[in-house]
Amino acid sequence: MKAIITVLGCDRIGIIADITALLAKNKINILDISQTIMQDIFTMIMLTDTSECQKTLSELEEEMEKMGKEIGVSITVQHSDIFHSMHRI
Amino acid sequence: MINTSEILETITMIRQEHLDVRTITMGISLLDCIHSDGKKTADAVYDKIMRRAGNLVKTGEDIEKEYGIPIINKRVSVTPISMVGQASGDYLALAHALDRAARDTGINFIGGYSALVQKGFTDGDKAFLDTIPRALSETNLVCSSVNVASTKTGINMDAVAKMGRIIKETAERTKDSGGMGCAKLVVFANAVEDNPFMAGAFHGVGEPECVINVGVSGPGVVKCALEKVKGADLGTVAETIKKTAFKITRMGQLVATEASKRLGVPFGIVDLSLAPTPAVGDSVAYILEEIGLEKCGAPGTTAALALLNDAVKKGGVMASSYVGGLSGAFIPVSEDAGMIEAVRCGALSLEKLEAMTCVCSVGIDMVAVPGDTSAETISGLLADEVALGVVNTKTTALRIIPAPGKKVGDTVDFGGLLGSAPVMPINGFGCGEMIARGGRIPAPMHSLKN
Repeated sequence: MKAIITVLGCDRIGIIADITALLAKNKINILDISQTIMQDIFTMIMLTDTSECQKTLSELEEEMEKMGKEIGVSITVQHSDIFHSMHRI
Repeated sequence: MINTSEILETITMIRQEHLDVRTITMGISLLDCIHSDGKKTADAVYDKIMRRAGNLVKTGEDIEKEYGIPIINKRVSVTPISMVGQASGDYLALAHALDRAARDTGINFIGGYSALVQKGFTDGDKAFLDTIPRALSETNLVCSSVNVASTKTGINMDAVAKMGRIIKETAERTKDSGGMGCAKLVVFANAVEDNPFMAGAFHGVGEPECVINVGVSGPGVVKCALEKVKGADLGTVAETIKKTAFKITRMGQLVATEASKRLGVPFGIVDLSLAPTPAVGDSVAYILEEIGLEKCGAPGTTAALALLNDAVKKGGVMASSYVGGLSGAFIPVSEDAGMIEAVRCGALSLEKLEAMTCVCSVGIDMVAVPGDTSAETISGLLADEVALGVVNTKTTALRIIPAPGKKVGDTVDFGGLLGSAPVMPINGFGCGEMIARGGRIPAPMHSLKN
Protein backbone atom coordinates (compact mmCIF):
# COMPACT_ATOMS: atom_id res chain seq x y z
CA MET A 1 0.00 0.00 0.00
CA LYS A 2 1.18 3.52 -0.76
CA ALA A 3 0.97 6.14 1.95
CA ILE A 4 1.69 9.84 1.77
CA ILE A 5 3.48 11.31 4.75
CA THR A 6 3.35 15.07 5.15
CA VAL A 7 5.52 16.96 7.59
CA LEU A 8 4.92 20.65 8.34
CA GLY A 9 6.56 22.80 11.00
CA CYS A 10 9.51 24.92 12.07
CA ASP A 11 12.79 24.08 10.36
CA ARG A 12 15.67 22.76 12.45
CA ILE A 13 18.58 20.38 12.09
CA GLY A 14 17.72 16.69 11.94
CA ILE A 15 13.98 16.55 11.11
CA ILE A 16 14.51 14.32 8.09
CA ALA A 17 16.99 12.16 10.02
CA ASP A 18 14.51 11.60 12.86
CA ILE A 19 11.62 10.77 10.57
CA THR A 20 13.47 8.53 8.15
CA ALA A 21 14.96 6.59 11.08
CA LEU A 22 11.47 5.85 12.33
CA LEU A 23 10.36 4.82 8.83
CA ALA A 24 13.36 2.52 8.44
CA LYS A 25 12.59 0.93 11.82
CA ASN A 26 9.11 0.15 10.55
CA LYS A 27 10.36 -1.21 7.20
CA ILE A 28 8.77 1.56 5.21
CA ASN A 29 10.38 2.32 1.88
CA ILE A 30 10.53 5.89 0.62
CA LEU A 31 9.63 6.04 -3.08
CA ASP A 32 9.70 9.78 -3.59
CA ILE A 33 10.53 12.71 -1.39
CA SER A 34 10.21 16.45 -1.81
CA GLN A 35 11.23 19.03 0.74
CA THR A 36 11.06 22.79 0.64
CA ILE A 37 10.65 25.84 2.87
CA MET A 38 7.31 27.47 2.03
CA GLN A 39 6.73 30.85 3.71
CA ASP A 40 9.22 29.94 6.44
CA ILE A 41 7.51 26.61 7.07
CA PHE A 42 9.41 23.37 6.65
CA THR A 43 7.32 21.30 4.24
CA MET A 44 8.19 17.72 3.38
CA ILE A 45 6.08 15.26 1.43
CA MET A 46 7.03 11.63 1.05
CA LEU A 47 5.47 8.90 -1.04
CA THR A 48 6.10 5.65 0.75
CA ASP A 49 5.49 1.96 0.32
CA THR A 50 4.17 0.39 3.52
CA SER A 51 3.70 -3.17 2.26
CA GLU A 52 6.55 -4.54 4.44
CA CYS A 53 5.38 -2.66 7.53
CA GLN A 54 3.96 -4.85 10.28
CA LYS A 55 1.76 -2.12 11.71
CA THR A 56 -1.59 -0.90 10.47
CA LEU A 57 -1.76 2.57 8.98
CA SER A 58 -3.67 3.77 12.06
CA GLU A 59 -0.95 2.52 14.42
CA LEU A 60 1.71 4.11 12.24
CA GLU A 61 -0.22 7.38 12.18
CA GLU A 62 -0.34 7.38 15.99
CA GLU A 63 3.36 6.68 16.29
CA MET A 64 4.27 9.39 13.78
CA GLU A 65 1.95 11.87 15.46
CA LYS A 66 3.60 11.20 18.79
CA MET A 67 7.02 11.71 17.30
CA GLY A 68 5.83 14.90 15.58
CA LYS A 69 4.85 16.30 18.95
CA GLU A 70 8.27 15.44 20.38
CA ILE A 71 10.21 17.15 17.61
CA GLY A 72 7.80 20.05 17.14
CA VAL A 73 6.35 19.34 13.68
CA SER A 74 2.98 18.15 12.49
CA ILE A 75 3.02 14.79 10.70
CA THR A 76 0.15 13.17 8.85
CA VAL A 77 0.08 9.72 7.33
CA GLN A 78 -2.63 9.14 4.76
CA HIS A 79 -3.51 6.44 2.28
CA SER A 80 -2.51 7.85 -1.12
CA ASP A 81 -5.94 7.03 -2.59
CA ILE A 82 -7.48 10.11 -0.99
CA PHE A 83 -5.26 12.39 -3.09
CA HIS A 84 -5.79 10.39 -6.26
CA SER A 85 -9.53 10.38 -5.90
CA MET A 86 -9.69 14.07 -5.13
CA HIS A 87 -7.34 15.34 -7.83
CA ARG A 88 -7.50 12.79 -10.66
CA ILE A 89 -10.45 11.55 -12.67
CA MET B 1 2.52 11.22 -8.83
CA ILE B 2 0.30 13.75 -7.19
CA ASN B 3 2.14 17.04 -6.85
CA THR B 4 2.99 18.96 -3.71
CA SER B 5 0.41 21.70 -4.16
CA GLU B 6 -2.40 19.16 -4.61
CA ILE B 7 -1.39 17.32 -1.45
CA LEU B 8 -1.16 20.55 0.50
CA GLU B 9 -4.53 21.69 -0.88
CA THR B 10 -6.20 18.55 0.47
CA ILE B 11 -4.48 18.89 3.84
CA THR B 12 -5.45 22.58 4.13
CA MET B 13 -9.05 21.69 3.29
CA ILE B 14 -9.14 19.13 6.09
CA ARG B 15 -7.16 20.98 8.74
CA GLN B 16 -8.15 24.58 8.25
CA GLU B 17 -11.36 24.60 6.24
CA HIS B 18 -13.33 21.95 8.13
CA LEU B 19 -13.59 19.48 5.27
CA ASP B 20 -15.13 16.29 6.54
CA VAL B 21 -17.44 13.45 5.71
CA ARG B 22 -20.51 14.36 7.67
CA THR B 23 -21.99 10.92 7.99
CA ILE B 24 -21.79 7.29 7.05
CA THR B 25 -25.33 6.04 7.42
CA MET B 26 -26.20 2.37 7.21
CA GLY B 27 -29.74 1.71 6.06
CA ILE B 28 -31.17 -1.53 7.44
CA SER B 29 -34.44 -3.15 6.46
CA LEU B 30 -36.45 -4.36 9.45
CA LEU B 31 -39.29 -5.91 7.43
CA ASP B 32 -38.20 -9.42 8.46
CA CYS B 33 -38.47 -8.48 12.15
CA ILE B 34 -42.23 -7.97 12.08
CA HIS B 35 -44.13 -10.14 14.57
CA SER B 36 -47.51 -9.86 16.22
CA ASP B 37 -45.79 -10.04 19.59
CA GLY B 38 -44.29 -6.64 20.51
CA LYS B 39 -41.45 -8.03 22.57
CA LYS B 40 -40.42 -10.50 19.89
CA THR B 41 -40.39 -7.70 17.30
CA ALA B 42 -38.32 -5.46 19.57
CA ASP B 43 -35.80 -8.24 20.26
CA ALA B 44 -35.51 -9.06 16.57
CA VAL B 45 -34.99 -5.37 15.74
CA TYR B 46 -32.28 -4.99 18.37
CA ASP B 47 -30.50 -8.15 17.25
CA LYS B 48 -30.61 -7.25 13.59
CA ILE B 49 -29.20 -3.78 14.13
CA MET B 50 -26.43 -5.15 16.34
CA ARG B 51 -25.63 -7.79 13.75
CA ARG B 52 -25.55 -5.43 10.80
CA ALA B 53 -24.15 -2.27 12.38
CA GLY B 54 -21.99 -3.75 15.15
CA ASN B 55 -18.81 -2.84 13.24
CA LEU B 56 -20.01 0.40 11.71
CA VAL B 57 -18.36 2.75 14.20
CA LYS B 58 -15.05 0.89 14.21
CA THR B 59 -14.95 0.70 10.41
CA GLY B 60 -15.70 4.42 10.21
CA GLU B 61 -12.91 5.19 12.66
CA ASP B 62 -10.43 2.99 10.77
CA ILE B 63 -11.18 4.75 7.49
CA GLU B 64 -10.92 8.08 9.26
CA LYS B 65 -7.43 7.26 10.50
CA GLU B 66 -6.11 5.67 7.34
CA TYR B 67 -7.22 8.42 5.01
CA GLY B 68 -6.80 11.25 7.49
CA ILE B 69 -10.30 12.52 6.82
CA PRO B 70 -12.67 13.16 9.74
CA ILE B 71 -15.93 11.24 9.60
CA ILE B 72 -18.13 13.09 12.04
CA ASN B 73 -21.11 10.79 12.40
CA LYS B 74 -21.84 7.12 12.06
CA ARG B 75 -25.56 6.48 11.94
CA VAL B 76 -28.24 3.95 11.17
CA SER B 77 -31.56 4.39 9.41
CA VAL B 78 -34.27 1.74 9.51
CA THR B 79 -37.56 0.81 7.85
CA PRO B 80 -40.32 3.19 9.06
CA ILE B 81 -41.37 1.88 12.48
CA SER B 82 -45.04 2.59 11.74
CA MET B 83 -44.80 -0.43 9.39
CA VAL B 84 -42.56 -2.62 11.53
CA GLY B 85 -44.73 -2.16 14.61
CA GLN B 86 -48.15 -2.24 13.04
CA ALA B 87 -48.73 -5.96 13.56
CA SER B 88 -48.02 -5.76 17.29
CA GLY B 89 -49.03 -2.15 17.94
CA ASP B 90 -46.26 -1.81 20.49
CA TYR B 91 -44.38 1.08 18.93
CA LEU B 92 -42.78 2.38 22.12
CA ALA B 93 -41.06 -0.94 22.78
CA LEU B 94 -39.49 -0.53 19.34
CA ALA B 95 -38.38 3.03 20.13
CA HIS B 96 -36.58 1.72 23.20
CA ALA B 97 -35.06 -1.18 21.24
CA LEU B 98 -33.73 1.30 18.64
CA ASP B 99 -32.31 3.49 21.38
CA ARG B 100 -30.58 0.55 23.06
CA ALA B 101 -29.15 -0.66 19.75
CA ALA B 102 -27.91 2.86 18.94
CA ARG B 103 -26.22 3.12 22.33
CA ASP B 104 -24.66 -0.34 22.14
CA THR B 105 -23.31 0.10 18.60
CA GLY B 106 -21.91 3.52 19.57
CA ILE B 107 -23.59 5.40 16.72
CA ASN B 108 -24.68 9.04 17.06
CA PHE B 109 -28.30 8.77 15.99
CA ILE B 110 -30.75 6.23 14.65
CA GLY B 111 -33.47 7.39 12.26
CA GLY B 112 -36.67 5.73 11.19
CA TYR B 113 -39.23 6.25 13.93
CA SER B 114 -41.22 7.32 10.93
CA ALA B 115 -44.52 7.11 9.10
CA LEU B 116 -45.55 7.78 5.51
CA VAL B 117 -49.04 9.27 5.58
CA GLN B 118 -49.03 11.57 2.55
CA LYS B 119 -52.39 10.33 1.32
CA GLY B 120 -54.03 9.02 4.47
CA PHE B 121 -53.61 7.09 7.71
CA THR B 122 -53.99 3.41 8.37
CA ASP B 123 -55.36 2.72 11.86
CA GLY B 124 -51.84 1.71 12.86
CA ASP B 125 -50.36 4.95 11.51
CA LYS B 126 -52.72 6.99 13.69
CA ALA B 127 -51.76 5.06 16.80
CA PHE B 128 -48.10 5.34 15.83
CA LEU B 129 -48.17 9.12 15.41
CA ASP B 130 -49.63 9.51 18.90
CA THR B 131 -46.57 7.75 20.35
CA ILE B 132 -44.01 10.14 18.81
CA PRO B 133 -43.89 12.66 21.71
CA ARG B 134 -43.32 9.89 24.24
CA ALA B 135 -40.81 8.08 22.06
CA LEU B 136 -38.75 11.24 21.64
CA SER B 137 -38.90 12.16 25.30
CA GLU B 138 -38.07 8.68 26.59
CA THR B 139 -35.15 7.97 24.24
CA ASN B 140 -31.91 9.83 23.52
CA LEU B 141 -30.75 8.80 20.07
CA VAL B 142 -33.95 8.01 18.18
CA CYS B 143 -35.01 10.40 15.41
CA SER B 144 -38.47 10.62 13.96
CA SER B 145 -39.86 11.80 10.64
CA VAL B 146 -43.30 11.89 9.06
CA ASN B 147 -44.09 12.39 5.38
CA VAL B 148 -47.38 14.31 5.12
CA ALA B 149 -47.40 15.32 1.46
CA SER B 150 -46.04 14.49 -1.97
CA THR B 151 -46.30 15.86 -5.49
CA LYS B 152 -48.05 12.65 -6.54
CA THR B 153 -50.65 12.62 -3.77
CA GLY B 154 -51.12 16.20 -2.62
CA ILE B 155 -51.18 17.22 1.05
CA ASN B 156 -52.78 15.21 3.84
CA MET B 157 -54.10 18.18 5.82
CA ASP B 158 -55.38 15.93 8.63
CA ALA B 159 -51.77 14.84 9.12
CA VAL B 160 -50.61 18.46 8.93
CA ALA B 161 -53.09 19.37 11.70
CA LYS B 162 -52.04 16.38 13.78
CA MET B 163 -48.33 17.11 13.42
CA GLY B 164 -48.85 20.65 14.75
CA ARG B 165 -50.24 19.12 17.95
CA ILE B 166 -47.54 16.44 18.06
CA ILE B 167 -44.78 19.04 17.76
CA LYS B 168 -46.32 21.02 20.62
CA GLU B 169 -46.68 17.95 22.81
CA THR B 170 -43.10 16.86 22.05
CA ALA B 171 -41.83 20.29 23.08
CA GLU B 172 -43.86 20.12 26.28
CA ARG B 173 -42.60 16.64 27.17
CA THR B 174 -38.99 17.69 26.63
CA LYS B 175 -39.29 21.17 28.14
CA ASP B 176 -36.44 20.55 30.59
CA SER B 177 -34.04 20.44 27.65
CA GLY B 178 -35.57 23.41 25.80
CA GLY B 179 -37.87 21.27 23.66
CA MET B 180 -35.00 19.09 22.46
CA GLY B 181 -37.44 16.38 21.30
CA CYS B 182 -38.51 18.65 18.45
CA ALA B 183 -34.92 18.82 17.18
CA LYS B 184 -35.25 15.10 16.48
CA LEU B 185 -38.56 15.36 14.59
CA VAL B 186 -38.90 16.33 10.92
CA VAL B 187 -42.10 16.64 8.92
CA PHE B 188 -41.61 16.17 5.17
CA ALA B 189 -43.11 16.63 1.76
CA ASN B 190 -41.60 14.30 -0.86
CA ALA B 191 -39.40 12.54 1.71
CA VAL B 192 -36.57 10.55 0.12
CA GLU B 193 -35.86 6.92 0.98
CA ASP B 194 -32.07 7.08 0.99
CA ASN B 195 -31.33 10.24 2.97
CA PRO B 196 -28.25 9.76 5.19
CA PHE B 197 -28.83 12.92 7.23
CA MET B 198 -30.68 13.17 10.53
CA ALA B 199 -33.23 13.71 11.80
CA GLY B 200 -35.00 12.77 8.58
CA ALA B 201 -33.25 9.53 7.62
CA PHE B 202 -35.26 6.35 7.21
CA HIS B 203 -34.68 3.23 5.14
CA GLY B 204 -37.39 3.23 2.47
CA VAL B 205 -39.27 0.10 1.47
CA GLY B 206 -37.84 0.31 -2.05
CA GLU B 207 -34.31 0.05 -0.65
CA PRO B 208 -32.24 -3.15 -0.47
CA GLU B 209 -31.73 -5.26 2.66
CA CYS B 210 -28.82 -3.16 3.88
CA VAL B 211 -27.03 -0.24 2.27
CA ILE B 212 -24.35 2.38 2.93
CA ASN B 213 -25.17 6.01 2.19
CA VAL B 214 -22.69 8.81 2.74
CA GLY B 215 -23.25 12.51 3.31
CA VAL B 216 -20.37 14.85 2.51
CA SER B 217 -19.91 18.33 3.81
CA GLY B 218 -17.58 21.27 3.42
CA PRO B 219 -19.17 24.74 3.52
CA GLY B 220 -15.86 26.05 4.88
CA VAL B 221 -13.97 24.76 1.84
CA VAL B 222 -16.42 26.44 -0.55
CA LYS B 223 -16.18 29.71 1.38
CA CYS B 224 -12.36 29.64 1.27
CA ALA B 225 -12.37 28.86 -2.46
CA LEU B 226 -14.64 31.86 -3.06
CA GLU B 227 -12.32 34.13 -1.08
CA LYS B 228 -9.82 33.63 -3.89
CA VAL B 229 -12.19 34.99 -6.58
CA LYS B 230 -13.31 38.21 -4.87
CA GLY B 231 -15.01 40.62 -7.30
CA ALA B 232 -15.17 38.09 -10.16
CA ASP B 233 -18.48 37.71 -12.01
CA LEU B 234 -21.12 35.23 -10.87
CA GLY B 235 -20.27 32.77 -13.63
CA THR B 236 -16.81 32.48 -12.10
CA VAL B 237 -18.39 32.07 -8.67
CA ALA B 238 -20.54 29.18 -9.95
CA GLU B 239 -17.53 27.60 -11.66
CA THR B 240 -15.42 27.84 -8.50
CA ILE B 241 -18.16 26.21 -6.42
CA LYS B 242 -18.53 23.43 -8.99
CA LYS B 243 -14.84 22.59 -8.93
CA THR B 244 -14.75 22.59 -5.14
CA ALA B 245 -17.91 20.46 -4.88
CA PHE B 246 -16.33 17.97 -7.26
CA LYS B 247 -13.31 17.51 -5.00
CA ILE B 248 -15.42 17.25 -1.85
CA THR B 249 -17.68 14.66 -3.43
CA ARG B 250 -14.82 12.55 -4.75
CA MET B 251 -13.69 12.14 -1.19
CA GLY B 252 -17.21 11.15 -0.13
CA GLN B 253 -17.32 8.60 -2.93
CA LEU B 254 -13.99 7.14 -1.80
CA VAL B 255 -15.16 6.82 1.80
CA ALA B 256 -18.49 5.34 0.68
CA THR B 257 -16.92 2.66 -1.51
CA GLU B 258 -14.32 1.83 1.12
CA ALA B 259 -16.93 1.55 3.89
CA SER B 260 -19.14 -0.53 1.66
CA LYS B 261 -16.27 -2.92 0.86
CA ARG B 262 -15.13 -3.31 4.46
CA LEU B 263 -18.62 -3.82 5.85
CA GLY B 264 -19.70 -6.11 3.01
CA VAL B 265 -22.76 -3.97 2.40
CA PRO B 266 -23.67 -2.46 -1.00
CA PHE B 267 -22.99 1.22 -1.61
CA GLY B 268 -26.17 3.22 -2.05
CA ILE B 269 -25.59 6.88 -2.72
CA VAL B 270 -23.51 9.91 -1.91
CA ASP B 271 -25.62 12.84 -0.74
CA LEU B 272 -24.14 16.09 -2.06
CA SER B 273 -25.66 18.31 0.60
CA LEU B 274 -23.55 21.13 1.99
CA ALA B 275 -24.21 20.69 5.70
CA PRO B 276 -23.03 23.38 8.11
CA THR B 277 -21.97 22.90 11.72
CA PRO B 278 -22.01 25.48 14.51
CA ALA B 279 -18.19 25.74 14.27
CA VAL B 280 -17.08 29.14 13.02
CA GLY B 281 -15.96 28.80 9.41
CA ASP B 282 -18.31 25.91 8.62
CA SER B 283 -21.33 27.95 7.66
CA VAL B 284 -23.55 28.10 4.56
CA ALA B 285 -24.55 31.67 5.52
CA TYR B 286 -20.91 32.75 5.27
CA ILE B 287 -20.75 31.41 1.70
CA LEU B 288 -23.75 33.56 0.78
CA GLU B 289 -22.09 36.54 2.45
CA GLU B 290 -18.85 35.81 0.59
CA ILE B 291 -20.83 35.97 -2.67
CA GLY B 292 -21.59 39.58 -1.74
CA LEU B 293 -24.37 39.94 0.82
CA GLU B 294 -23.90 42.16 3.86
CA LYS B 295 -25.79 39.58 5.90
CA CYS B 296 -27.56 36.35 5.07
CA GLY B 297 -31.24 37.29 4.63
CA ALA B 298 -30.56 40.52 2.71
CA PRO B 299 -32.28 40.93 -0.68
CA GLY B 300 -30.37 38.72 -3.10
CA THR B 301 -30.06 35.86 -0.60
CA THR B 302 -32.44 33.54 -2.44
CA ALA B 303 -30.65 34.11 -5.75
CA ALA B 304 -27.24 33.51 -4.18
CA LEU B 305 -28.50 30.32 -2.55
CA ALA B 306 -30.02 29.14 -5.84
CA LEU B 307 -26.64 29.61 -7.52
CA LEU B 308 -24.84 27.79 -4.71
CA ASN B 309 -27.26 24.88 -4.64
CA ASP B 310 -27.16 24.36 -8.38
CA ALA B 311 -23.37 24.63 -8.64
CA VAL B 312 -22.88 22.11 -5.81
CA LYS B 313 -25.03 19.60 -7.68
CA LYS B 314 -23.35 20.19 -11.02
CA GLY B 315 -19.91 19.75 -9.49
CA GLY B 316 -20.86 16.79 -7.37
CA VAL B 317 -22.84 14.74 -9.81
CA MET B 318 -19.86 13.74 -11.94
CA ALA B 319 -17.76 12.92 -8.90
CA SER B 320 -19.99 10.12 -7.67
CA SER B 321 -21.34 7.05 -9.39
CA TYR B 322 -24.68 7.32 -7.58
CA VAL B 323 -26.01 10.57 -6.23
CA GLY B 324 -29.12 10.65 -4.09
CA GLY B 325 -30.58 11.62 -0.76
CA LEU B 326 -31.39 15.28 -0.43
CA SER B 327 -28.37 16.70 -2.28
CA GLY B 328 -28.74 20.42 -1.75
CA ALA B 329 -27.51 23.07 0.68
CA PHE B 330 -28.93 22.82 4.20
CA ILE B 331 -29.94 25.94 6.06
CA PRO B 332 -30.52 24.83 9.66
CA VAL B 333 -30.52 28.00 11.73
CA SER B 334 -29.22 26.64 15.04
CA GLU B 335 -26.45 24.64 13.36
CA ASP B 336 -24.95 27.50 11.37
CA ALA B 337 -22.99 30.30 13.07
CA GLY B 338 -23.73 32.72 10.21
CA MET B 339 -27.47 32.02 10.27
CA ILE B 340 -27.57 32.57 14.04
CA GLU B 341 -25.84 35.94 13.66
CA ALA B 342 -28.17 36.90 10.80
CA VAL B 343 -31.24 36.14 12.91
CA ARG B 344 -29.85 37.98 15.94
CA CYS B 345 -29.16 41.18 13.99
CA GLY B 346 -32.58 41.09 12.32
CA ALA B 347 -31.37 40.36 8.79
CA LEU B 348 -33.01 36.95 8.50
CA SER B 349 -36.72 36.37 9.09
CA LEU B 350 -38.84 33.24 9.06
CA GLU B 351 -40.50 34.41 5.84
CA LYS B 352 -37.12 34.83 4.12
CA LEU B 353 -36.11 31.36 5.28
CA GLU B 354 -39.31 30.03 3.72
CA ALA B 355 -38.42 31.67 0.41
CA MET B 356 -34.91 30.23 0.60
CA THR B 357 -36.30 26.71 0.98
CA CYS B 358 -37.76 26.99 -2.54
CA VAL B 359 -34.26 26.79 -4.00
CA CYS B 360 -32.37 24.46 -1.69
CA SER B 361 -32.83 21.44 0.50
CA VAL B 362 -34.49 20.93 2.79
CA GLY B 363 -36.74 23.34 4.53
CA ILE B 364 -37.31 25.47 7.58
CA ASP B 365 -34.84 23.65 9.73
CA MET B 366 -33.88 23.94 13.40
CA VAL B 367 -35.84 27.13 13.94
CA ALA B 368 -37.00 28.04 17.45
CA VAL B 369 -40.23 30.00 17.89
CA PRO B 370 -41.88 31.25 21.09
CA GLY B 371 -43.26 28.56 23.40
CA ASP B 372 -46.77 29.99 23.27
CA THR B 373 -47.05 29.49 19.49
CA SER B 374 -50.28 27.56 18.88
CA ALA B 375 -50.46 24.11 17.29
CA GLU B 376 -52.61 25.63 14.50
CA THR B 377 -49.95 28.22 13.68
CA ILE B 378 -47.30 25.48 13.46
CA SER B 379 -49.63 23.47 11.22
CA GLY B 380 -50.14 26.58 9.05
CA LEU B 381 -46.39 27.05 8.64
CA LEU B 382 -46.04 23.33 7.92
CA ALA B 383 -48.78 23.48 5.28
CA ASP B 384 -46.98 26.38 3.58
CA GLU B 385 -43.67 24.58 3.64
CA VAL B 386 -44.98 21.29 2.25
CA ALA B 387 -46.98 23.18 -0.40
CA LEU B 388 -43.66 24.56 -1.68
CA GLY B 389 -42.33 21.04 -1.97
CA VAL B 390 -45.45 19.59 -3.57
CA VAL B 391 -45.73 22.31 -6.21
CA ASN B 392 -42.00 22.50 -6.96
CA THR B 393 -41.54 18.68 -7.04
CA LYS B 394 -38.84 18.80 -4.40
CA THR B 395 -38.31 17.72 -0.83
CA THR B 396 -39.22 20.27 1.79
CA ALA B 397 -39.50 19.87 5.53
CA LEU B 398 -40.15 21.55 8.81
CA ARG B 399 -38.11 21.02 11.96
CA ILE B 400 -39.35 23.62 14.39
CA ILE B 401 -38.97 23.99 18.14
CA PRO B 402 -41.73 25.87 19.95
CA ALA B 403 -39.38 26.36 22.91
CA PRO B 404 -41.36 26.07 26.15
CA GLY B 405 -41.32 29.25 28.24
CA LYS B 406 -39.13 31.11 25.75
CA LYS B 407 -39.86 34.45 24.08
CA VAL B 408 -38.54 36.19 20.96
CA GLY B 409 -34.91 37.13 21.53
CA ASP B 410 -34.18 34.28 23.96
CA THR B 411 -31.82 31.47 22.96
CA VAL B 412 -32.31 27.72 23.22
CA ASP B 413 -29.12 25.72 23.56
CA PHE B 414 -29.09 22.11 22.35
CA GLY B 415 -25.35 21.56 22.41
CA GLY B 416 -23.14 19.61 20.03
CA LEU B 417 -23.94 19.57 16.33
CA LEU B 418 -27.50 20.77 17.00
CA GLY B 419 -26.13 24.12 18.18
CA SER B 420 -28.19 26.91 19.69
CA ALA B 421 -31.25 28.61 18.25
CA PRO B 422 -32.30 32.23 18.73
CA VAL B 423 -36.09 32.33 19.23
CA MET B 424 -37.62 33.94 16.11
CA PRO B 425 -40.91 35.80 15.79
CA ILE B 426 -43.71 34.01 13.92
CA ASN B 427 -46.72 35.67 12.30
CA GLY B 428 -49.43 35.61 14.98
CA PHE B 429 -52.51 35.97 12.75
CA GLY B 430 -54.71 32.90 12.96
CA CYS B 431 -55.17 30.05 10.47
CA GLY B 432 -57.19 27.80 12.80
CA GLU B 433 -60.29 27.66 10.61
CA MET B 434 -58.35 26.49 7.59
CA ILE B 435 -56.49 23.84 9.59
CA ALA B 436 -59.75 22.65 11.21
CA ARG B 437 -61.25 21.97 7.78
CA GLY B 438 -58.94 18.96 7.40
CA GLY B 439 -59.12 16.71 4.34
CA ARG B 440 -56.68 16.52 1.51
CA ILE B 441 -55.28 19.19 -0.81
CA PRO B 442 -55.33 17.54 -4.26
CA ALA B 443 -52.11 16.81 -6.10
CA PRO B 444 -51.05 19.60 -8.45
CA MET B 445 -51.71 19.50 -12.19
CA HIS B 446 -48.12 18.61 -13.05
CA SER B 447 -48.29 15.40 -11.03
CA LEU B 448 -50.33 13.99 -13.90
CA LYS B 449 -47.44 12.98 -16.08
CA ASN B 450 -48.63 9.63 -17.38
